[in-house]
Amino acid sequence: MSQENEVETTGHVWDGDLQEYNNPLPRWWIWGFYASVAFAIVYWFIYPSWPVAGHFLTGFDTVTYVNNKGEKKTVHWNSRAELMANMNQYAAKQKPYFDKIAATPFKKIKADPGLNDFIASSGRTLFADNCAACHQAGGQGKIGFAPNLTDDDWLHGGTYKAIQQSIVNGREGVMPAKGLDPNMTDKQATALANYVLSLSGEPHDATLVAQGSALFHGAAGCFSCHGANAKGNQLIGSANLTDKIWLWASSPGAQTKAAKVEAVKQVILTGINDPNSIHKGVMPAWKGRLSGEQIKVLTAYVHDTLGGGE
Amino acid sequence: MFKFTHDTIERNVGLMIVLMMLAISIGGMVEIIPLFFIKGTVEPVKGVRPYTPLEQLGRDIYVKDGCYLCHSQMIRPFRDEELRYGHYSLAAESQYDHPFQWGSKRTGPDLARVGKKYSNEWQVQHLIAPRSMVPESVMPNFPWLLTTPLDYSDIKDKMRALRDVGVPYSATKAEYERNVKKFGPKVAEMLKISDAEKNIIWQVKHGFNGVPGDYDGNPNNITEMDALVAYLQVLGTMVNFNKYDNDQFVQYR
Ligand code: HEC
Ligand code: HEC
Ligand code: HEC
Repeated sequence: MSQENEVETTGHVWDGDLQEYNNPLPRWWIWGFYASVAFAIVYWFIYPSWPVAGHFLTGFDTVTYVNNKGEKKTVHWNSRAELMANMNQYAAKQKPYFDKIAATPFKKIKADPGLNDFIASSGRTLFADNCAACHQAGGQGKIGFAPNLTDDDWLHGGTYKAIQQSIVNGREGVMPAKGLDPNMTDKQATALANYVLSLSGEPHDATLVAQGSALFHGAAGCFSCHGANAKGNQLIGSANLTDKIWLWASSPGAQTKAAKVEAVKQVILTGINDPNSIHKGVMPAWKGRLSGEQIKVLTAYVHDTLGGGE
Repeated sequence: MFKFTHDTIERNVGLMIVLMMLAISIGGMVEIIPLFFIKGTVEPVKGVRPYTPLEQLGRDIYVKDGCYLCHSQMIRPFRDEELRYGHYSLAAESQYDHPFQWGSKRTGPDLARVGKKYSNEWQVQHLIAPRSMVPESVMPNFPWLLTTPLDYSDIKDKMRALRDVGVPYSATKAEYERNVKKFGPKVAEMLKISDAEKNIIWQVKHGFNGVPGDYDGNPNNITEMDALVAYLQVLGTMVNFNKYDNDQFVQYR
């Protein structure tokens, strides 16, 4: 081969005659290498780079942003400052909507088609990220876990104000095991369960209703929280027992009369959010995690878009 | 006479390995070593504390069960991440993590700020059967967490090992006093190595960090679930960002 005369070999020889050429690197590669060195040097001057005496060379590039105090700042380029500028830019786009929402009473938000669309779209994302894990994607809730937000039945109230309160501070409705009668017997609990089921016209044993009613309005103290008419009290989040909507007593899931009685009995005997109860449901407080504007959007979303209402 | 050439390296495997490792690590060293000399790499911020013994064991289960294979714990300073997960992660927030769980694989969402987002009950139910809470989830079921008793026989050794690498668990009275000054008396109690077992039992009973105890819903035993949920509930909750301007941490980068 002609190369033999022009290019040196590496000098080692294997198996008697195997040699390796020591070809120079291709020219394009060498120039590419020098170009990347030059690029690196330019880069050092533009962006933060080398450490110097406890700090670093900050580079010439800058970012300008406005912080939450309204102070305008120009600092050397860095990803955190760039995030600030980025948030500013999008906040400016959403500001007209958020300003309007902050300034508009709930009732008027509902009447304004533009705002309504904004609530429906931004509310959906917020709901999916924060609420759907418990209340499920469409807000339909989950029996034994978190209430349905799309019906007109509210534990704590379905007004804008009540919903906003539920989100801001969270909720934890507590029902003590055995109501207010720690000595309640199993038989008494059965009677109470049948009475409770009779209130909403679910299958029950009619012969036990009178005894259950007496306990409900007497020794067991149920009336003190659920009211004499058993329609519940939204101030303490006690459930309305006269409708067929059950959150804890999974009566719709239980098919037979016996199963329904058992489900309600379980709630009566172990309570809800009582330390030893198997029925636990806490609505977390969102005030530290979500902004006031986000909570207002969610309130309107639950009330108007999910179609809760009062 | 000995002449050092390419040939010398090629014919000496040991030398070649050493030089190769040196060449490969230059990139890493240039990126990492300067950070040790820059003030503010770990941002000065209030509230970050070492994990309590129960949380630390929860972290071990998190690693053992491979949660990190699908979950990162690092919110990057991007708008979409800020909107979904909250404030970007600070280096300071993982200063007591050995090793940190930043990760880069997100089959599931980032967990850096999942603490207090949900209730204990949700966490338990979701870990036993994720699809019962999130129908479209691909997260595996972890039902054994609820039935496996928590093994905390070696917690003191673990805390001592972490203390050796700089986590301020206290072994002496002086270290305890230092922790009282730095983290307050309640946390300092929790960081005492000598009381580790007692503190685990106490935390399961009473809760900590504003989260109620009895994490797994069964007050009669201490399970791996108790530890893991205690750990999940503290993630990202140590720093109160409402106390700072929203550009407070820009100056450190
Ligand atoms: C950890 C699970 C969980 C999450 C997450 C959650 N909730 Fe709840 N929510 C509940 C539970 C449980 C209740 C019922 C509380 C009770 O029984 O007192 C509830 C109650 C409510 C109520 C009151 C319902 C009524 O009938 O009065 C509203 C409104 C509500 N949630 C909205 C939301 C919104 C909006 C979000 C997202 C920001 C959210 N929830 C996130 C579990 C959750
Ligand atoms: C201290 C107040 C209090 C007392 C006393 C009380 N309850 Fe309740 N009860 C509640 C609250 C609050 C809820 C709703 C809890 C929640 O949803 O978080 C509830 C829920 C229920 C439910 C479940 C409803 C559903 O949607 O599944 C039933 C059934 C019930 N109570 C029956 C009774 C009976 C029967 C008694 C008397 C033995 C009684 N309660 C005594 C506060 C009370
Ligand atoms: C195969 C991948 C995979 C593994 C392994 C995995 N997860 Fe998940 N995880 C997911 C996915 C996907 C989601 C989102 C859907 C959901 O909420 O279930 C998720 C959601 C979560 C959430 C809710 C986050 C939020 O903000 O809603 C928590 C908490 C969680 N996982 C904890 C864990 C823990 C703890 C482990 C280890 C015991 C674990 N995961 C292991 C895939 C995984």
